[in-house]
Amino acid sequence: MARNFVVAWLLAAVTGAGVLAPVSGAMAQDAPPLVIEIDEGVIEPMPFAAPVFIAEDAGAAEFAAQLTDVMTNDLTGTALFRLIDRNAYISSPSSFEATPQFADWRAINSQALVTGAVSTSGNQITLRFRLWDVYAGQPVGQGLQLVGDRDNWRRLAHKVADQVYTRITGEDPYFDSRVVFVAESGPKNARVKRLAIMDQDGANLRYLTDGSSMVLTPRFNPTSQEVIYMSYQTGEPRVFLMNVDTLQREELERQPGMTFAPRFSPDGSSVVMSLSRGGNTDIYSVPLGSRQLIQLTNSPAIDTAPSYSPDGSQIVFESDRGGKQQLYVMSAGGGGARRISFGDGAYATPVWSPRGDMIAFTKQQGGRFYIGVMRPDGSDEKLLTASFLDEGPTWSPNGRVLMFFRESPGPNGAPALRSVDVTGRNERRVPLNMPASDPAWSPLLQ
Amino acid sequence: MTFLKFGFVALTALTLAACSDSDEDMTAQPYDPNASTISESSLQYFNTVVGDRVLFATDSSSIDSYASETLTRQAEWLNANPGVSATIEGHADERGTREYNLALGARRANAAYNFLVSRGVSASRLRTVSYGKERPEATCSNESCWSQNRRAVTVVAGAPMS
Repeated sequence: MARNFVVAWLLAAVTGAGVLAPVSGAMAQDAPPLVIEIDEGVIEPMPFAAPVFIAEDAGAAEFAAQLTDVMTNDLTGTALFRLIDRNAYISSPSSFEATPQFADWRAINSQALVTGAVSTSGNQITLRFRLWDVYAGQPVGQGLQLVGDRDNWRRLAHKVADQVYTRITGEDPYFDSRVVFVAESGPKNARVKRLAIMDQDGANLRYLTDGSSMVLTPRFNPTSQEVIYMSYQTGEPRVFLMNVDTLQREELERQPGMTFAPRFSPDGSSVVMSLSRGGNTDIYSVPLGSRQLIQLTNSPAIDTAPSYSPDGSQIVFESDRGGKQQLYVMSAGGGGARRISFGDGAYATPVWSPRGDMIAFTKQQGGRFYIGVMRPDGSDEKLLTASFLDEGPTWSPNGRVLMFFRESPGPNGAPALRSVDVTGRNERRVPLNMPASDPAWSPLLQ
Repeated sequence: MTFLKFGFVALTALTLAACSDSDEDMTAQPYDPNASTISESSLQYFNTVVGDRVLFATDSSSIDSYASETLTRQAEWLNANPGVSATIEGHADERGTREYNLALGARRANAAYNFLVSRGVSASRLRTVSYGKERPEATCSNESCWSQNRRAVTVVAGAPMS
């Protein structure tokens, strides 16, 4: 799959360009700087305006409105931004080069303004955009030009949304990313489970397996377009690797036993997973080079759901060695494990944040399931969601958002993908019109 | 003795009928003692008279006395039908996470496997597979269904249907 992208800074025509310079002088006393601090205190989304991108040639017309919509949907979906209705706009930019009439945008209380222009040439689309601090009357950062294939036009919009998000929040981007998951169909007692992949916003759905074998728990390689997952292809649960572009797949290794719960190491060179033999489940690592199993835990308990710290030095996992499922941290080479979860109930599916500062988990207590986060030392536990069955959190590439699945009860119950901010705000259903489970977020696309 | 067996079978049939909402692929068939006799070496006999499954308490893989009686009958039947092989499927209810339930299903299947081997069934005739919570038999979301789903099912191959 061609992913030809050219990103170039627009050097000309933007005067006073700087990197999110704090607004200085008298202006700063009149208006707050164009910054959103993402913490538990933010309630009001920042109002912004985004006139439909200017189509600079006939071929660009069909893309301009869609590009604008995809970009604004990314931003408003965070609940950190609110798009001002276009009917309220007093003026529209006459050309991409023209400096906006800031007074017109101040009059409708727009704090930020995104302007853009689209042109086409052959199979390529070029999108230029600028972000403006309306109250300061200045650009925020440099203008940016993105060039991509027509087939990948949505990525251009995600890249612009990522730029706007990053420049205003100071957080790393995450909109230009994908999610691999398990698409489910059929009745509850005979579900068909297929591997599928989509853009982070639910678009570009594509199936990776045909449903003839049940598949579960996919995870992305942090460094490539490869996923690892569990399949019943051979008749028993076994771990497989798949390239999501070529769909080539192979069994990870052939030692006897059930292998499951696979995840990559942060450098993508190794896999950690569970192996069950004789009814006992321990954790093993498997370097992709040698494919030799290295045993990391050795207890009569169920040790599973391992997840590396982002620096690769530690592994968090769940074990019922103390009775109920609890979370433990050990060295990446195995050895002594330290319990980190001490609340009531059972803790499962720990996932280390790509930022390193949090571990997300599923908690089961009192007949309810919760998605929560805690520090790697077990402190500051916070539950973000609750339902009959919430399970399986995965981190956005910037560690700000968790996606998980929620299954509804009863004979007609079905799972759905949902997301929630790490602050606990903005819990919402992922726009995907099918039962789905086990989401795993990709790294940011390159 | 025969009368007692009939009593057990009738109860099983009733329980299954009560919970079989729309399930079409029931492995156990209601057994009618007045119907034409079925062969003792048949699949139908194993599934209904011997009993193809044992149930477990929440989060447990312990074989209780009732399960022990069923597995004892299974071992006797398997020893009397040496041409038959069996796969023991371990299952869990929906009140747990996916991966833990896969491991729990493996524990349950293995508990049944170990019991059968301890009663003289050759290990080479048996294999185990866990389905975790992915293949519920009863689909409601309360204990009446969950208790049926926490199970190890012995699926025999190589026996005549009836």
